[in-house]
Amino acid sequence: MQLTRPKPYLATGLRAGLLAGLSTLSALPAWAQDAAGPIRAPDVAAMAGMVDKGDTAWMLVSSALVLMMSIPALALFYGGLVRTKNMLSLLMQVFMIVSIVAVIWVLYGYSLAFTAGSPYIGGLSKAFLAGVSTGTFSATFSNNVYIPEYSFVIFQMTFACITPALIVGAFAERVKFWPLMLFVVGWVTLAYFPIAHMVWYWSGPDFLPDNPTDYGLLWGMGALDFAGGTVVHINAGIAGLVGCIVIGKRVGFNKEPMPPHSLTMTMIGASLLWVGWFGFNAGSNLESNGLTALAFLNTFIATAAAALAWSVLEQVFHGRPSLLGAATGAVAGLVAITPASGFASPMGAMMLGFVVSPVCYLFVSKVKAALGYDDSLDVFGVHCVGGIIGALGTAIVADPSMGGQGWLDYTQFPAVAGTYDMAAQLITQFKAVAVTLIWSGVVSGVLFTVIKLVFGLRPTVEEERQGLDQVSHGESAYNM
Amino acid sequence: MKLIIATIKPFKLEEVREALTTIGVRGMMVTEIKGFGSQSGHTEIYRGAEYAVNFVPKVKLEIVVPDAMTDQVVATIAKTAKTDKIGDGKIFVLDVESALRVRTGEMNDDAI
Repeated sequence: MQLTRPKPYLATGLRAGLLAGLSTLSALPAWAQDAAGPIRAPDVAAMAGMVDKGDTAWMLVSSALVLMMSIPALALFYGGLVRTKNMLSLLMQVFMIVSIVAVIWVLYGYSLAFTAGSPYIGGLSKAFLAGVSTGTFSATFSNNVYIPEYSFVIFQMTFACITPALIVGAFAERVKFWPLMLFVVGWVTLAYFPIAHMVWYWSGPDFLPDNPTDYGLLWGMGALDFAGGTVVHINAGIAGLVGCIVIGKRVGFNKEPMPPHSLTMTMIGASLLWVGWFGFNAGSNLESNGLTALAFLNTFIATAAAALAWSVLEQVFHGRPSLLGAATGAVAGLVAITPASGFASPMGAMMLGFVVSPVCYLFVSKVKAALGYDDSLDVFGVHCVGGIIGALGTAIVADPSMGGQGWLDYTQFPAVAGTYDMAAQLITQFKAVAVTLIWSGVVSGVLFTVIKLVFGLRPTVEEERQGLDQVSHGESAYNM
Repeated sequence: MKLIIATIKPFKLEEVREALTTIGVRGMMVTEIKGFGSQSGHTEIYRGAEYAVNFVPKVKLEIVVPDAMTDQVVATIAKTAKTDKIGDGKIFVLDVESALRVRTGEMNDDAI
C-alpha cells in the first residue's frame, strides 16, 4: 500500500479556493475568512458552515438522474433488445432490483460501503442509517467543503441500485425471477458493497492527514475511478459473463432468429441513459463547480465520439450504419468515460470514445461468436470490456501532460497536486481492474452455482419457449 | 363465382385497389402475411449477429367475383402489381359454392 499515493482526485474548487488565495474568498464559509486557513478535522458544528446549497441541490438532482438511468432507461434499453414475449420480464427484473437494493442500502449497504472497517469492507456502525441525520455531513474532494450526509446516502444509493440491474442483460430471456432476486441480494452484499468500499471509501481530505490508513484497499493503492468504472461496470460486467455461462445458452441460440423486438424502446433507453449519466459522472464530483462541468462535457463528448465511431465501423464492415450500433457505441462511450470523466480533458475524452467502440465492436461481433457464450445483451462486451478500456485509459488521459487533471495528494493538509507518473498509474489501474474482476467473478460464480443447485436458475424449456412474461409474471407486455 | 387469391407486394396494395374499383369490384378482403416463394429472404444484422429473414412480408387479397368478371380481375391485378422484379406475387383462382349477404339474406351473385 502506497501511503504517498492516495486517491488523486483533483478538486478545482479546492485549488482555486485554498491555494490561489483571496480571489475566491466569497465562496468560502464565513468562518474561514476569520481563520488563518482551512480547518483541520472540523467538528460537526464547523462542517455545518461548510455546506453549500448549490452543491446540495446538484447532488439531489444528480441522484434523481441516476435513478432514471435504471428505471426506465436501462429497463427500456434492455427490454427493446429482447423478443416480445420477454419484454415485461426485463422491465420487472430491473424495477424489482432497484426496489430491493434500495431497501438493503438503508438497512446495511450504506454502512458496509461507507464506514471505516477493514480495507475490504466497512462496518455496521451505520446500519439502519444509525447516526445519520440532517445534522451530519459527508466529505467532498475539497478541504472544508461538505454535503449533507443524507444527500450522499441517496446519491450512492442510486449507484447501488443500477449496478446489479446491469447484470441481468447477460442472461436475459432465460432466468427465474426470485432466484435472480436472491442472487442480487447476495451479490450486492458480497461484491458491490466491498468493491465500493475498496474504491471509494476514505476519511476525507480534512481527516486523512491524521488518519493516513483510513481508506479502502484500491483507494489506498491510488486507483483512479471518478464515477465507477470498476465499481459499477467491470463489477457488473464480469458478473454477467459468469452468470450467462453458469445459466447456459438460450433455447434455440444460434439456431433461431432472436432479433430485438423494439429498437425504438432501445433508442429511448439509450438516450435516457445518456442524459442520466450526466448525474452519474458529473454528480460524482460531489460538488457543483468547474470540475463538475468538465465531467459533464467529457461525458457528452466521449459518448458522441463512440456512437460515431461505431456507426463508421458498421458502414465499413456491413455497408450500413445501424441504430442499434449507434446506441451500443453510445453506451460503450458512457462506460469508458465513467472512470475518467473528472480527469480527462475534453480532447482526451473524445479519444477515449473513439478507442472504446472498435474494441467493444470486436468483442460483441467477433469474440463472443468465437467463444460461443450467450451474453444476450452484451453486458460483458460493452460494460466489462468498455469499463476496462476506460479504467486503463484513465491512466493516460488523466496525465497533465495529456491535458488531464492529474491527482491531489490528500495526505498533505491542505491537499497539494501530486507528481504524475503515467506508467505507474497504468500499473495501479491494472491492479484495480484485476482485483475487481477476480473478486466479483468469484463471488458471482459461487452465488450463481449455489442458487442453481438449491433453487434452480432456469425455467423449463417449455416455459422458456412460452416466454418469461407469461411464465414468471402472468402478464404480457403488449395486449394488442 | 370464383375466389381470387392474390399475393402482392405491400406497397402495391393501393394501386391494385384503385384499379379493381375502377373495373367494378365492390369488395375485397386484405391480410398482411409473410411467406416465401422464389424470392429469397434477406439478412438482418444486430450487433454482428446475422439473422436470415426467410419470410418476406406480403399482402394477400381475397376477392369473390361473378364468373364473367374473373379474367378481367385477374388481368387487372397482374398488370397493376407487376414490377418485373422478383417477388411480385401469385394469383390463384378457386371455385366458390355459394355466397350469402348476412344483412339481407341475398344469395350468390347478388350477395357479392
